[in-house]
Amino acid sequence: MVDLWHVTFEVFRQKDNQKSHFNFFELDINPDEYVLDGIERIWAFTDRTLVFSHACHHSTCGACGMLVNGVEKLTCITSIRDVTRDGGKIRIEPLRNFPIISDLSVDMSSLYSRMEAVGHQPILPIQEEDSKGKVKSEGDLLRLADCIECGLCISACPIALTTSNYIGPAVLAGAQQHGELTPCILELVNSENGAWRCHSAYECTEVCPSNVDPAWRIMELRRKIIANRFSSFFTRK
Amino acid sequence: MDKPHVIVIGAGFTGVAVAYDLAKRGMDVTVLERGPIANGTSGRTHGLLHSGARYAVDDQESAIECIDENTILRKIAAQVIEPNGGLFVGIDDSDMNYRDKFIEGCQECHIPLEEYKPEIALRLEPELTKKIRTAILVPDGTFDPLRLALAFAASAKFHGAKFRLFCEVTGFLFDGLGNVTGVKFSDRTKGKMEELSADIVVSATGSWCGEVAEMAGDPNIPIRPTPGVMVTYDQRLCQRVINRLNEPGDGDIIVPQRQMITVGTTSFEADNLDYIPVTEQQVNLMYHRGCELIPSIANTRERGAFMASRPLVDSGLKGRSLARTFKCFDHKVSQNIDGLVTITGGKATTLRLMAEKTVDLVCQKLSFPAACETIETPLISYRQYFSIPNEVN
Repeated sequence: MVDLWHVTFEVFRQKDNQKSHFNFFELDINPDEYVLDGIERIWAFTDRTLVFSHACHHSTCGACGMLVNGVEKLTCITSIRDVTRDGGKIRIEPLRNFPIISDLSVDMSSLYSRMEAVGHQPILPIQEEDSKGKVKSEGDLLRLADCIECGLCISACPIALTTSNYIGPAVLAGAQQHGELTPCILELVNSENGAWRCHSAYECTEVCPSNVDPAWRIMELRRKIIANRFSSFFTRK
Repeated sequence: MDKPHVIVIGAGFTGVAVAYDLAKRGMDVTVLERGPIANGTSGRTHGLLHSGARYAVDDQESAIECIDENTILRKIAAQVIEPNGGLFVGIDDSDMNYRDKFIEGCQECHIPLEEYKPEIALRLEPELTKKIRTAILVPDGTFDPLRLALAFAASAKFHGAKFRLFCEVTGFLFDGLGNVTGVKFSDRTKGKMEELSADIVVSATGSWCGEVAEMAGDPNIPIRPTPGVMVTYDQRLCQRVINRLNEPGDGDIIVPQRQMITVGTTSFEADNLDYIPVTEQQVNLMYHRGCELIPSIANTRERGAFMASRPLVDSGLKGRSLARTFKCFDHKVSQNIDGLVTITGGKATTLRLMAEKTVDLVCQKLSFPAACETIETPLISYRQYFSIPNEVN
């Protein structure tokens, strides 16, 4: 038998735009389970009204992002052992910089529609480059993109905190991944709420759970926008 | 004739596909889901787009359903599929004894295959074990579970379906004769109870369909929830799905997706479906079985372990022997309860077909003549689920 840990989950609650508060749930839990498992246990055994988002439980869907002790985490792959100790607590809050639907669940519609607008490709050739260089492989194989649209980078971004108009790291990284700067995409990213708004805090890359490295991609995107300005200057009629 | 109103309980794969088919055939649809989209079994799959080869020896009905639907999904849901194929890899004598049966079964189920010598297979997949003796390529693939469900849900919304997430059905509304006329549910985001009436209610609640049918007065749905554990590792060690060339068994598959791989699965039975813990023993089993196919898993960080409960339809057999086909129950026929249909069993790969058969039954029950049109048209972008407003029914 595994030794269970006694852990207090401090869970952010808010229904229907009423005043928010925290509920405390005491769990005896295997520390190798994940934070999301703890939350699901609370729902399954203690409080059926708890609202939280999740789907794949293995970091491919991006639904279960939350603040764990104040830091953006994909809760399905964050083990309890890594964020607390026996007798300790775990504070769970919804992601920042998104409207709250209820309790721990946030509305990420803006992220999804902006990703659509910049043409981020959900599926792409395996060799596609990232900040570490090209992934090696032969032929015409395809893979699902790195970005899982979890919103962690937007929650962690100090600029997104100041204005919801900033299109945010995931979206700028999505534009870079798309490759081509079409006039529509250029208008979105080459604007005061686009690539130039970023202050290079690199918080996005710090919290990204899925190899996207948004900060690197935003810098790449800026280079691309400048190159585009030069070439359009010289081809102007 | 007024449009009939159909309530679909559950927004897993089956529920979203049923909602899409109903809406596309012109019905008013409301989907009630107790959590977010695909939060139960559907979300928690390793994401294998079955070629059907896994079932070609023991369960040919499922195998044929899988290859047919695999071909359709590659066309209509290409946005969420890694279409790279899968290898069935033979390592020991027992595997090699299975080879002939396997090839014969695939041929009988018209699953295309190509056999590779070890040196060719190792060139395709360099991380495979050097003990490999043969490898057979079949049209397996990988899908993104949440985004596959979202693509169906987006297309359903495009045709007017309304989604109510975090709404848990707590009971049914009945006429004086015990027939279902609607549902009672609790909106978890507001903490409020509501009622909604419908011409027909479709329960697409998978492993939970027995509990739901019981609320309507039918305790006899033969569903055997059969959970399995999967373990994800932090590196993409293969480009194609890797299967063990043998009878279906624990840890016989490695599914790549994004920059990870997932080893699956086990097969056991459980009582409380709302939370089934993963045990260390099962994780270790996945690790050892995975290493037999791809030894470098031993040098790869474990990323996560998770569990999902397959909704298998009970045919009196146990665990792995249970058929993977689906079943559509008209409760009028079994218990004389009209107004309720249950669809359960099946595979993620067959979600569209399950929806087609269910909606055929709904149309027949409502005398609503409309044909299925989900085979040809590609689904709209999964991201549009978030931009299309809910129609007000």
